Amino acid sequence: MKKLLSIIVALFAVCGLLAFGANQLQSTSGSTGKKVLNLYTWGDYIDPSLLTKFQKQTGYHVNVETFDSNEAMFTKIKQGGTSYDLTVPSDYMIEKMKKANLLLPLDKKRLTGMANYDSRFMNLNFDKHNRYSVPYFWGTLGIIYNDKFVKPGSINHWNDLWQPQYRDKIMLIDSARDVMGFSLASMNKSMNTTNPATLLAARNKLNQLSPNVKAIVADEIKMYMIQNEAAIAVDWSGEASEMLDENKHLHYVVPSEGSNLWFDNLVIPKTAKHFDAIYAFLNFMSEPKNAAKNAEYIGYATPNKKAKALLPKAIRNDRQFYPDDQTIRHLQIYKDLAPAKVGLYNDRYLEFKLHH
Amino acid sequence: MQRKQRLSRQIAYFIPYILWIGLFVIAPVVLLVYQSFFDINGHFTLSNYQTYFSSNTYLTMTLNSVWYAFLITFATLVISYPTAYVLNATKHPQLWLLLIIMPTWINLLLKAYAFIGIFSQAGIANQFLHFIGIAPQQILFTKFSFIFVAAYIQIPFMVLPIYNSINELNPSYVNASKDLGATSWQTFSKVIFPLTLPGVKAGVQAVFIPSLSLFMLTRLIGGNKVITLGTAIEEHFLTTMNWGMGSTIGVILIIAMVIIMSLTGGSKRRAKRGMTK
Repeated sequence: MKKLLSIIVALFAVCGLLAFGANQLQSTSGSTGKKVLNLYTWGDYIDPSLLTKFQKQTGYHVNVETFDSNEAMFTKIKQGGTSYDLTVPSDYMIEKMKKANLLLPLDKKRLTGMANYDSRFMNLNFDKHNRYSVPYFWGTLGIIYNDKFVKPGSINHWNDLWQPQYRDKIMLIDSARDVMGFSLASMNKSMNTTNPATLLAARNKLNQLSPNVKAIVADEIKMYMIQNEAAIAVDWSGEASEMLDENKHLHYVVPSEGSNLWFDNLVIPKTAKHFDAIYAFLNFMSEPKNAAKNAEYIGYATPNKKAKALLPKAIRNDRQFYPDDQTIRHLQIYKDLAPAKVGLYNDRYLEFKLHH
Repeated sequence: MQRKQRLSRQIAYFIPYILWIGLFVIAPVVLLVYQSFFDINGHFTLSNYQTYFSSNTYLTMTLNSVWYAFLITFATLVISYPTAYVLNATKHPQLWLLLIIMPTWINLLLKAYAFIGIFSQAGIANQFLHFIGIAPQQILFTKFSFIFVAAYIQIPFMVLPIYNSINELNPSYVNASKDLGATSWQTFSKVIFPLTLPGVKAGVQAVFIPSLSLFMLTRLIGGNKVITLGTAIEEHFLTTMNWGMGSTIGVILIIAMVIIMSLTGGSKRRAKRGMTK
């Protein structure tokens, strides 16, 4: 009987420890003190020196926590138990969070820097009148090629990828929406189509591409392209800018007939608590000098017009990352599709993958 | 009174085990089965199973998974049996065994990344091929490299059970077989191999089942040129958010495993009885 008792005591002790541990873990998910701001963002997505500057200027300490996918961020905020004040979802996810009532509207009276933003990147469909979001960075989907293996200037359009000379030379990003998307764009169809026949046609066209596809991989693309492992890759501009920094032979092209245009915008999730700090931060990041510094550090395109003017000429005029108006007009933003429609994209994409 | 006490003590010893099984084995499986009956809109339905068995994609994927799992198991077995046999004859088998088990202490992802380095265009494998004069070859993202790396990872799990059963083998059987005039091939095929079959079966179970649902390697080493059910599960849980369909595939994998276990497990008992006779 004594043994039984001691075992029960031990079990209680273990449960107690677990509860304590869980409590500890939760309290690290955002501190709850007074002079803080809990920022939940993508990994390495803000210049750390700006955080120090912000603290010096305003006295608010910024706790940064990171996520690696929109979906992971969505789940964590939806489940609650966190106290994030600001987060940076992409366009379609803002739409989704809005529908799920996870966002708080911005108090426009407290925002001072909204006039600095390029009107082309404001008032977009995923957030009409910017009720909920302030643009942070934007970018595109495009083609990266290595001039050691591909003659410069010979790839300008999606259809160029289908040429037989690129057999076994192309790497694709493992993402249903993007791969199906560029196939749709190559046929001049909407990248948001939900028409089953069109999606089937896009899949059939991708099947014809498969002899040229060397691999379908994720973040590793960056490493492979830098190491000259493949000649061509389809990836996002943000990733491309990092590759181009490491390997001088790489070039990035946004096909002028159309591609994806994506946004990461700052939003206030419903878990927010420190509103003074939130608005101080939003205004701080809208200041041209700070936005320019951040853009130079991260290498993504800034939607802040005045900040862009402050960037070095080589960056400002780089057509690879700041495409001309003609191209921008043809770019399409992903819409948040109903789950069944996302399923349609994924099924066709899975079939293409199986086609190898 | 004393008997009662002993009984309650025995029950107490069982508590951690029962808790463990209940929380981490039974509950997840029940949840998985439960989840598999819901479609993407949260309605109770059998449509996930219907989709699975009427879709070419999933059936091809299933065949693919079984085929690659078979190839991996076969490659592992071909390497492991002789290894275990030779190991048994060495002076310090425990030391060699330790060396074989050691790679399992390293994280799977790290091993995969190491192979990316070895197999890449500028990697050691290609440097060697360059040295012997056969220009750079594409090694990464081929079926060969996928099976090679998967087999490398699974080998310890095959060697161990085979080694144990060879170790348990009573040498007098072998001597008797030789005394009675059997050739060494006959001794091996009629005596040694049948008697070590339980080890082989245990090894096949330990390798085949996890190989069915490999998904990290299919992308990292196979470049998604090899598609298994694991890929589909990952996609359904992470991108499509269609947990119902993902769970359905999971349930089917569990059923497949049960079938394999019962196929290999039943004859294992028989073989064991034969050995102890």
